[in-house]
Amino acid sequence: MKKKLLLLTALYFSALGNAQSQNRLTSNPAKVAPGQPAAQSGKAADKAGRDTTASLAPYFTQATALTNTPDAEGFIRRWLLLEPINKPNRSNTVFTDSYLRDTFTTTYFPNQFTTIPKNGDKVKVDSQELTWHALESSNFNVKLFRFASGLKKNTYGVLFWAVTIVNSPREVKNVRMAAGSNSGSMWWLNGREAVLLSGDRRMVMDDCVSPRLTINKGKNIIRGAVINGPGMSDFCIRFIDEKGMPVKDLTISYK
Amino acid sequence: MNLITKITGATALFLIFTTVKVGAQAGKPFIHDPSTIMLCDGKYYTFGTFGGGLISEDGWTWNSGGVRPGGGAAPDVVKIGDRYLIAYGATGGGLGGGHNGRILTMWNKTLDPTSPDFKYSEAVVVASSDGTEDNDAIDPGLLLDPTSGRLWLSYGTYFGFIRLVELDPKTGKRVKGNKPINIAIDCEATDLMYQDGWYYLLGTHGTCCDGPNSTYNIVVGRSRKITGPYLDNMGRDMLKGGGKMVLAGGKKLIGPGHFGRIVLGEGVQKMSCHYEADLDRGARSVLGIRPLLWKNGWPVAGAIFKEGTYQITSERRGYALELAVDFVRMPGGMRFVRNNDEPVKTVPPQELADVISTWPNGDIGVRIGDYLSRPHQKWTITAVPDAGGYFGSPYYKITIAGTDRVLAATAEAEVITVPAFTGAPEQLWRIDQLTDGTYRIMPKVVPNSSEQLALVAAGDSTPTLAKFDMRSDNSKWTFNVD
Repeated sequence: MKKKLLLLTALYFSALGNAQSQNRLTSNPAKVAPGQPAAQSGKAADKAGRDTTASLAPYFTQATALTNTPDAEGFIRRWLLLEPINKPNRSNTVFTDSYLRDTFTTTYFPNQFTTIPKNGDKVKVDSQELTWHALESSNFNVKLFRFASGLKKNTYGVLFWAVTIVNSPREVKNVRMAAGSNSGSMWWLNGREAVLLSGDRRMVMDDCVSPRLTINKGKNIIRGAVINGPGMSDFCIRFIDEKGMPVKDLTISYK
Repeated sequence: MNLITKITGATALFLIFTTVKVGAQAGKPFIHDPSTIMLCDGKYYTFGTFGGGLISEDGWTWNSGGVRPGGGAAPDVVKIGDRYLIAYGATGGGLGGGHNGRILTMWNKTLDPTSPDFKYSEAVVVASSDGTEDNDAIDPGLLLDPTSGRLWLSYGTYFGFIRLVELDPKTGKRVKGNKPINIAIDCEATDLMYQDGWYYLLGTHGTCCDGPNSTYNIVVGRSRKITGPYLDNMGRDMLKGGGKMVLAGGKKLIGPGHFGRIVLGEGVQKMSCHYEADLDRGARSVLGIRPLLWKNGWPVAGAIFKEGTYQITSERRGYALELAVDFVRMPGGMRFVRNNDEPVKTVPPQELADVISTWPNGDIGVRIGDYLSRPHQKWTITAVPDAGGYFGSPYYKITIAGTDRVLAATAEAEVITVPAFTGAPEQLWRIDQLTDGTYRIMPKVVPNSSEQLALVAAGDSTPTLAKFDMRSDNSKWTFNVD
């Protein structure tokens, strides 16, 4: 049985080329993570391998005007997500610190590092016209793969941008932004780099954390970029205090 | 039985030793039969046979200067309230002409002989042996029971039983009417301690006072009651000679005896002893300080940290401390489903020379990552001479193997590496083995801060400096060789 599994695994790798990313095992759209809805399993695919029946549900719901707070564990679920920028990479092994720093600081669209987009805003990146979507994640992790597939966009070889607004009733010092992402990502708080996640990385809560930061009283802008070659892109973000406990006394908005 | 094996406890010291008066000694000062080490007004004290004692400001460099009148042998000390009670044996366990021993106690408000409060009370006899009974009243060990506040004294040597008596913690005198209880045989230099619902009786077995041929070793039994029975891990009563090894002799440090414990904080315990012979120090008797570990409810001596090249692994996830540099791939990729007739060759591991040109020259950040035994993950840890130390150890520098690049604390309470070691205190590291066998790693100082912080995993992949928490694997590290 084990031998058979190894053979199948090997054939699977061979079919995809000669890349080494472990993400390939997790990138199979037919594969469903334990505990997750099996809605996408066995669906039809177009020539590009995209699931033609996929939708944002059940992974996302549309924006509402309701007050939103971090979830019970402090994860921020309300985000403005930009449809994926094509960034072909056959393997995630290129995601070194230098590569990611160059990639994430490249300007792809105007006001990339300052804009607070609105739902439906469009930007042009080379020949792509991309739309911002105001969404709320059904899970602690924002499943970018499902975001892309639900919008019939490319799911592999992509670069996502995300923005959200965190409102705090008070100044909170000595907190850390705790991030997990599949694969590499970079995150900024109020225009300053907070944390970089490099390498062919799996999404793990509290994987990389920022140095000690201050959440301002009032509005704070979180901006992030996530890149993936083949793989099931997602991320999770929360703030933790000095004891590693989540900071939850916040509200999340789109503006 | 030859003469040497008849020599018991501190007795031989009357013949062998003279009061040691030497200059500052790092790490392993000369002493025999050291008392439990006491912290008093920021300094460490230990007293040995023949009076006098050692003082250390950092727990590493020791000077003579401690004062304990009364001479005699093998003292012990316990702090009760704001006073110190010192016990010592007035006699020598046989070589003085017999086994009619006496244990005395005396008080002092401070152990610092320069303090105006330094004044010993008159010593009083609290236990004795008449020379014919199955006991020789030497080698006292004191325990203030943390559960009851009662004060206990164990004493004795190979001549008969180890005995337990109760003292009055207010007066230091024997509780009126108290009768000795036999709790062990065939050992000496006993001590008592309490941990997690158990009383532990530490005894020293083997041959004392024969230099590098001494077979002294420290064993333990435990009991739910202070009065015993003290059983070892095999269920043998120490009254029948039982005892589980805590610390045996080593290659150069031979004949450990006279256990004492000092608790430096949650999860940080040390044991003191003497080695009958330190081959690096003329085979003389020296002070030993080791981490004290707890395994399955039993105390065991930890190892003296050994310099070397290690991966430094976080207990949080098992990832290893590394430079935050671009990952450099080794040649080759997927190596399965290939021609099995292909000749098998050894593939050399990645070496420093393969990657160092890709590293920046200045400060480089530090993170935690999957361990692949790569050059950016290998740390060489070496003691720094003349940089002082902390309790039981010198300070270390932590260097990327094969380079001058060292780990350093920043004023922001983070960790980085700097291109070269300058001796700055933020580049000096304290490494303490914890009671569970893992390690705490602390910078000597955090610049612009008076806080004592430890290397902590703030995330799976992110180290920082923060307060040590024994209950969290974030605070714990191991050193592994590969």
